[in-house]
This record gives sequence, structure tokens and C-alpha cells, in this order.
Amino acid sequence: MRVLLSRIILLTLPFLASLPAYAGDAADFVAASSGEQARLLEAWAATPDATRVPLLKALQENRLGGDDNDVPFYEKGDAFVGAEGNAQPAGTPRKVRLNNRLRNLISAAMATHQLYSDVAADRLTAARELQRKAQPEQMALLETRLAVEQDDEVGQALTLALANLQLSDADPAVRLNAVRLLGETGQPQARNRLQNLLDDAAETNPAVRTAANTGIVQIDRKLLIGDVLGQAFSGLSLGSILLLAALGLAITFGLLGVINMAHGEMLMLGAYSTYVVQTLFQRYAPDALAFYPIVALPVAFIVTACIGMALERTVIRFLYGRPLETLLATWGISLILIQLVRVVFGAQNVEVGNPSWLSGGVQVLPNLVLPWNRMIIIGFALFVVALTWLLLNKTRLGLNVRAVTQNRNMAACCGVPTGRIDMMAFGLGSGIAGLGGVALSQVGNVGPDLGQSYIIDSFLVVVLGGVGQLAGSISAAFGLGIANKILEPQIGAVLGKILILALIILFIQKRPQGLFALKGRVID
Amino acid sequence: MTQPLALTAAQKAGPKTTLALIGLVFAVLIAMPVLSLLPADNPLHVSAYTLTLVGKILCYAIMALALDLVWGYAGLLSLGHGLFFALGGYAMGMYLMRQASGDGLPAFMSFLAWNEMPWYWYGTSSFFWSMCLVVLVPGLLAFVFGFFAFRSRIKGVYFSIMTQALTFAGMLLFFRNETGFGGNNGFTGFTTILGYGVATPGTRASLFLATVVLLGASLYLGWRLAQSKFGRILTAVRDAENRLMFCGYDPRGFKLFVWTLSAILCGLAGALYVPQVGIINPSEMAPTQSIEAAVWVALGGRGTLIGPLLGAGLVNGMKSWFTVAFPEYWLFFLGALFIVVTLFLPKGVFGLLKRKEDA
Amino acid sequence: MTSTSTPQLMLEPVLDAGQTRDSIGLGHRAQKSLDVRHGTVLTLEDINVSFDGFKALRDLTLYIGVGELRCIIGPNGAGKTTLMDVITGKTRPDSGVAFFGETLDLTKMSEVAIAQSGIGRKFQKPTVFEALSVFENLELAQKTNKSVWASLRAKLTGEQRDRIDEILTTIRLDASRERAAGLLSHGQKQFLEIGMLLIQEPQLLLLDEPVAGMTDAETEFTAELFKSLAGKHSLMVVEHDMGFVGSIADHVTVLHQGHVLAEGSLEHVQANERVIEVYLGR
Repeated sequence: MRVLLSRIILLTLPFLASLPAYAGDAADFVAASSGEQARLLEAWAATPDATRVPLLKALQENRLGGDDNDVPFYEKGDAFVGAEGNAQPAGTPRKVRLNNRLRNLISAAMATHQLYSDVAADRLTAARELQRKAQPEQMALLETRLAVEQDDEVGQALTLALANLQLSDADPAVRLNAVRLLGETGQPQARNRLQNLLDDAAETNPAVRTAANTGIVQIDRKLLIGDVLGQAFSGLSLGSILLLAALGLAITFGLLGVINMAHGEMLMLGAYSTYVVQTLFQRYAPDALAFYPIVALPVAFIVTACIGMALERTVIRFLYGRPLETLLATWGISLILIQLVRVVFGAQNVEVGNPSWLSGGVQVLPNLVLPWNRMIIIGFALFVVALTWLLLNKTRLGLNVRAVTQNRNMAACCGVPTGRIDMMAFGLGSGIAGLGGVALSQVGNVGPDLGQSYIIDSFLVVVLGGVGQLAGSISAAFGLGIANKILEPQIGAVLGKILILALIILFIQKRPQGLFALKGRVID
Repeated sequence: MTQPLALTAAQKAGPKTTLALIGLVFAVLIAMPVLSLLPADNPLHVSAYTLTLVGKILCYAIMALALDLVWGYAGLLSLGHGLFFALGGYAMGMYLMRQASGDGLPAFMSFLAWNEMPWYWYGTSSFFWSMCLVVLVPGLLAFVFGFFAFRSRIKGVYFSIMTQALTFAGMLLFFRNETGFGGNNGFTGFTTILGYGVATPGTRASLFLATVVLLGASLYLGWRLAQSKFGRILTAVRDAENRLMFCGYDPRGFKLFVWTLSAILCGLAGALYVPQVGIINPSEMAPTQSIEAAVWVALGGRGTLIGPLLGAGLVNGMKSWFTVAFPEYWLFFLGALFIVVTLFLPKGVFGLLKRKEDA
Repeated sequence: MTSTSTPQLMLEPVLDAGQTRDSIGLGHRAQKSLDVRHGTVLTLEDINVSFDGFKALRDLTLYIGVGELRCIIGPNGAGKTTLMDVITGKTRPDSGVAFFGETLDLTKMSEVAIAQSGIGRKFQKPTVFEALSVFENLELAQKTNKSVWASLRAKLTGEQRDRIDEILTTIRLDASRERAAGLLSHGQKQFLEIGMLLIQEPQLLLLDEPVAGMTDAETEFTAELFKSLAGKHSLMVVEHDMGFVGSIADHVTVLHQGHVLAEGSLEHVQANERVIEVYLGR
């Protein structure tokens, strides 16, 4: 009897200790076996209840634990607080162990709960989640939510989730309807589902199979739009990089009539300046690391502009009027710069990371993500162009530069210090290349040979655009970028490049002076 | 812009000295392969290494001469001559690969699991057809490119960059395995040429001799061209193309002729280069290679016939010494060479020697 | 191509026995191929040229007769050089008719073809092949087969040599025949270019400011030279130097803003009110 009594006490004690002792969902979950837990989750998913959200959240974050008496606790920092009412844990609560199946069920349950959220974005995330994880039991729930959903986008996502479920319905009419819905969504995942149906074994009803086929065609058409837009975007992105690379070249070539073969190395030095700034930030100001690209911009500009001006004063100045020799001499300079960087930083690529605000992207279409870094570079390129335009057209320096570009001797006669202008223009051109280098470091590898791969392309931009024509350079850069990216998937990168080269040669047959050249009396 | 004067001056001031010097150099060059056949313990023996090195430099010298014909005389700075050199080399390489593989497929094709050769390999087992390709491929490519380039009056730096882009495109193309030229490994592992072992002393000596003969022939050809009215028209193209047109000459034809000729010479030099060096790969088409050739010509003295040979010898000689002694500093040195030559030696070493001789 | 062994001879016009040479040996060499039935060597009608909206030539109409020496004058920017560009094929007119003789449509011919058909041009800035000697300059300009193959195997005949010597004497550069043309003085370069033009034996000579940078004596000599050429050749001279124009021209055309303002004898155009207005400003 005593034994019995003590047993009763032992059994009831935990309940007494954890008053108010009603067994809530958390307690049920902690006490349940994993099979029961799965059933619980499925039940919850079918009957969402707003009070359950904190529990599901805790489960998702793996913060739910039970003490020796299976009283549920949430982990908060180092401490534990009772999940249902205040309680002191008996012993250290142990985390509830979750397996993958349970985790999936948790997110599905969480998603159905989120469907009731007031925030459309939450509902959208939830609906997308359910497209992958919804269980047949949730079909009714999805239908009710779809009926009351106001937001179009969420509605579409819900439709898709529902259609996914209906595909396994016994009634062919329901399946047919689901197939139609899937076809209309234009989602790549929906295409996969439909693709599976084409097999005789997977789908017995021929009408459904035909509908699936139509759906695939429908989706492909929508995906094509995304692909084309994606190619156009990467073309714009490449174009903006070409533009940054070619802009400085266009200035120096237009002004001085010389090709600076070391121009690509200015890009490279700009990228390495970014690397150095990043390293310094990591060492001395790790908190502000996110802002290093902004600091790197002026640093890269100043470094490359100074190097450019020094080169102009020491070498290039003596070669005016001998363009071919300048080409060779500047190539020599580029060899020295490359080797110098190899000796100082090593021949391997260096690591330049994207700060958080430059990583990630925006999902525009199911198959089209626009990365932030590329979007910002396009904007940055346009900003640099605008700045250059202002500098050339609205300042005294710009006036002088344009004067020297058009008639060097006359400008000299008017008292324009042509030597100084040459130096400044060269510095400006190199500095812009340095800015381009900062941009490049955010999208590509940074190594000593970085500049070599851009010099030919940027020269082609200058050739195509016409010398000394800002508008020409812009359209040529974007034109080349887009043409490159459209040709690339069709015939491969290498053949694409060769084809573009051939096209440029043919184009020059028609317009030898480039896209935007001024027609005029040319006599020599 | 008075380089050809240096040429005429050279031919008028000291034709005897120049001729004697050329004769001496050729005598040494012809003696070398003979000496290489001597037993190794003979004090006059020339090692296979030396013979290969000099043979390689001679091929480069022919390329420099070819480049000088278009740059020094016609004023067209090509930064893509490495492409023609490599194409000639590849044509020869195809023959050598077929020799090495016998009736089967070349090793790299079996490696790619190809079952048959691409169509352009057809007939390459024949030495004669391969030699035709050595001439035809660079020649045709140069002709087509030149036809369009000269038609639209691309000149100056535009022409230079176009040619550089051309060789760059060629390099990208040959780097691909699908192109059917061994990808980035190129061709190597040659065994025989015309049935003789590639590495035997006799073959080496013969190849060397062939190179010397080609060099001599190119030099003679260049000299004849420079002497002819054609040569004077080329200088006129360089200095005042418009005036020439109003004199009733069509500069396109003249440029195209010398451009194509130059490419063919380059192709031949490349064809002799490959069996001597034993390898050809796309890095020969790298823009750096071609632009380096320009500095050989500039260093030696462009617009002269001896200058490019001198330049090719000097730079490549220094390169083989430097890359062994101070590999880190070779590019610094080469870069500085580019700058010094353009700034201080517009007429090159040959011009410098000439001035001393005249004084 | 059929006469590769002696290309020069095939292309030389056969000398007419008994015909005497004029002072510089050009008279008998006028091309027989050019059809000048109606006495006009050059016909320009309603020529329009515009550069990005700027009208360089407006409805320009001009005829030059066989053997005529015509001077073109006009203020800067009147379109004189553009006019020459149109005739030599360097600039294509937007509209209009341009004929050399009766049959050759200049708007359809390349610059080289125009030059070969017998129009010679001297540039505003003297342009010679600076790296070549004076003799070689003339050799290149000389009328002969100018194809690539012919140039590869060309050799000067005794007669061609004599002709070059003749021209050298005419342009008074005998003493500097072996000098590089780049080393000549400005005036000498002008003469060399005129010499190159003469040896080219064109039917029509276009001369853009031929006496710029010449001394008075040289100018006078040039005037004599041109006058001796007129009659057998047609000349079109663009010049600013009114003294020079007065000494050579019987017929003057005044251009203004791409249009013919007046035409006639020098006295006649100088008396023209509008010409005075244009030249002296309003």
C-alpha cells in the first residue's frame, strides 16, 4: 500500500510541481514519441492556431527542451524559461531531438500557420514553402486560405501549392485541373512536376498527359522570357564593366592619340588597391569592414591616377606623334607592372570578398535573379560616365581637354598648358580605370593578369564607338556586352568572341570612323 | 621617319663590310650543324642543346624579318604575327603527329574518345600536302584579313589592335579541345619526320641547315624587294598614303601583297621551328609572343634587313640566359627594353652601329 | 598583264613623228582615251555636300573647258577644298552630277581610278614622300603601269630617266636629285609636288594653293609654268594670292558658302557688288 501510494505520489508529483498543470501542445510534444510527434505536427498543420506560433518557432530554432519531468522549456540564451507558465526546470532540460522528417513537418506546420499572418510577405514565404512540403491533409486548409487570399502573388503561390497536392488526387478531373494550373504558373518547379507526368506509368489518363505537355510548352515560353531578360542583364553587366574599362582609354586615346597598353594594368592596380584597403580594414577596423569598397574607390582612383600621371611625364610624353612606339613602350610598362604585382602580392589570385550589402540578389522571375553587386556596378558605371561627362563639359579642365583633343596647336597658342592637360587627362583616364578595377574586384578574380583580358575588349569598344565620343563608347560597350552574352549560350564563349571580332571588322568596312564619328573634311 | 634612308645609307656607306659580316655569320651558321655531327669529345663539337637553341632563334629571326617587311617598310605594325608562325607550326605538327601515330588516331584524339579525325586533318599524313598547308593556311588567313582591313583603310594603332585581337581569338580557339588541335597541350611527342628520327643528330643538323637556307632566302627576297620600285612604293604607303593614291597607285594591293608574303614567311619559320623544338601549343599565339617579336625588330632597327635578325638574336639570347639566371627579373628587363628602345633607340642597334661607322 | 616583259613600252603613247615637244615635254602626251567632244573636260552640276547638317557645297555648278586655266577664289570656308575632294573622289556628293570628259562619272569612281584616268591633285600642304629621294619621288609619280606586279619587276628605261631629268630641270631641283625629299625647303617641296603632278601627265590638274610659302621669284616662275601648261592641259587653281591669280587667270570663279557667286574675268568679278560685299564684310 505504501509502495502504491509512493508510486502515485511520484507519478503525480511532476504534475503538481508544474502547476498550472494543463498539458499544452508543447508538453504533448515533449512527452510524445517521435512517431506521435509527427502525427501531432500533421494535425497542427491542418488546424492552424495563432497561439502555437511561438512553439513552432522555438522548434524551428531548435530551442525546445524538456526537463526530467517532461515539462517543456524554451532555451533563452544560457537560461531556460517555461514554455507554458512559469516553472523551474527539474534538472537541466534536454533538447527535444528532431530528425529530418520532423524538421520538414515543422516547417510545413509553420507555413500553414504563417498563412494566417497579416503580412503578405510572410504569407508568400509560407505558400512557397508549402509548394514543396505540403501534405495531402492540408489540402482543405489551402483551399480555404486561397478563397480568402487578397494578394495576387500569394494567391498564385497558393494555387501552385494546391495544384501540387491535387496531382496525386484519384479523380482525373482534379488532376487535369491541377495540371492546367501548374502550366499557368510558369515556375521551373512546376515544369519538373509536369515532366514527371509525361511518363505513362506516372499518369494513366491520356488527357492529363496531353495537358501536361501543353503546360510544359506554356512554362517554357515563360522561362524563355526570363532567360532572355537574364542574358540582357548579364549583357548590361558586362557592358558596364567594359564601359568602365574603356572610358579612360577613350579619353587618353581621343586626347593623345596613343593607345595605352598599360591601361588594363590600371584596372588591375585598382583591384589590388581594393584588396589592400580590405586587408587594412580587416586588421584595423573590422567593425567597419562592410564599408571598405567605398573607401577603396578614392584610394584606387588616387593610386592609379598618380601612376598614370607619372607614366605620362616620364615615358609617354616623349613619344607623342609616334603612336606605334607608344604602344610598344606602354606594353613594356604593363609587363613591368604585372611582374611587380607578382613579386609583391604573389602570382596567385588574392581574395576580395563582397560585403553583405553587395551579396545576394533580387528574384524577379522564377528563373531570374539579379545580383546586387552587378546591379550596383551598372549604376556605378553610369554614375562614373555622368561624372566624366560633367567634368569634360562643365569644367575649365574639361574645356581645356576638349580644346587639346580637337586642335593641339591652336590650344597651345591660346595659352592652354597642353603639357599639364595631357598629364591631367592621362591621370583622369587611369583613375577611371582604377575605379573600374574596384568594380571588377567585386565580380571577378583579382590576379596579376586581370588587366590583360580587358585591354583588347576595351580597345574594341573605343574602335566601335568612335574616338573621343562618350556616347559612342557607351553604346559600343553595352552593345558589345549584350551581343557577347546573347551569342555565348548559342555558340559558346570562344566562337562568340571570334564572331564578334569578325562582325567588328565588317562593321568598320561600313563606318570606318566608328559609330558616332563626326563626318567632315579630312585631309592630310 | 627616315628609316629607309638608314637602309640606303647602310647599303651605300659600307656594303663591303656589311656583306663580309653577313657572309661570316652565314659561314658560322652553316658550319654549326656540321660540327654538331662530330663526336662529343671533340673540342669543336656543338651540343644538341646549342644547336636547338640557335635553330630556334633563327626561326624567330625569320619571323622578325617577316614582321619588319610589313612594319619597317609598309608601316603596318602587326601584333599578330605569332598567329601565322603558330599556324605554320601546327600544319607541320599535324604531319608529325600522323607520323608518330602511324595508321591510328593521334594520341590526344584517342584520349578524347574520338573515332575519326576531323576533316581538316585529311591528307596530313602526306608531307607534301602538309607543306602546302604550311604556306596556304597562314597565307589565306592573312589574305582574307588583310583584304578587309585594307579595304576599310584600317591603319596605325587600329590595325595593330585588330591583329592582336586576331591572334588572341586564335589562341582561344586552339585552347579548346573540340578544335581538334590537342587543346592546351598542343602537339608533342614527335617521333619521325620523313621516316628519320626527329631527335637524331643527322635530322637535327638537316633541319638546322634548312632553317639557315630559309633565312638566307628570306634575306635575299627582302633585299630584292627593298631594292625594287615595289619597296619604294611601300615606303610611300607608310609616309603619305594619300599622295600615293593621287599618283594613281592603289595602296591596298601593295599592302596586301607584302602582308600575305610576310605571313607565309612566318608560317614557314613556324614549320621549321616545331620539329626542332619538339612542341607546339597555343601559347605561341599569345599576344605577348607577337608583341615581343615587335621589340626584336625595334631593338635591331626596323626598316633595315639586318636589324630584325640582330634584334631577334639579341633578345632571345638574353632571354635564355636570363630565364636561367634570374627568372624573376626577365619581365622587368623585357619591359624596360621596350621602353628604352622606343625612347632612346628609334633606329635600333643597327642604326647605332651605322652612325658610328659613318662618323 | 599581257606585256609583263616590257610593260613600260606598251603603256607609253607612241610619239607622233614631227610633233615638237613643248617646254616641259608634255604636250603630245594628252590621253587620247578621254572623250572631250564638247570641249568640256570637267562638268559639275548641282553638287551638294553636307557634313552633319553643315552644307559645304550647295547646288554648285561649274564647267571647265579643255585647255582652260581656271582660278577658284573665295573666302575661307567657301568650299574650295571640298570641291577638290569631290572631284578626286575623296568626298562623295549627296547629290549632283560630276563628269570627267563626257563619259567618266566621277561619283562612281574610286580615288585611284580617278587619278589613273587623268586627274592630278596637289594638296594644300605640300605632300611628298619624305623618306625617298627627289628622283625616287618623281619615279613613283611617273605615268606608267601602276599595278603591283609591274612594280615588282619595273626598271627605268632610258627614256623614262630622261623625262625625270627633264622635269628635274624644269622644277629646278636638279642639284638635289639624290636628297631626301623630307630635307627640302617648303618652296622646294611645293615644286617637287608640282613636278610629280606634271610627270603624272594628267588631263586636268587641281592645284590647292600652289604658291603658298614661295618667294616672289618662285611665284613668278610658277605663274609662267602654269601659263605654258594651259592650252594643252586644263588647270584648276585654288589660290588666295590675288596678285598671282591676276597674273595667270583669264577666267575666275568666286565661291561663297558652297555656291558659285560670280564667274568671269578677274576685273569683272572684282567689280561685282556681291563679291566685294563677301570679301570686305558687311
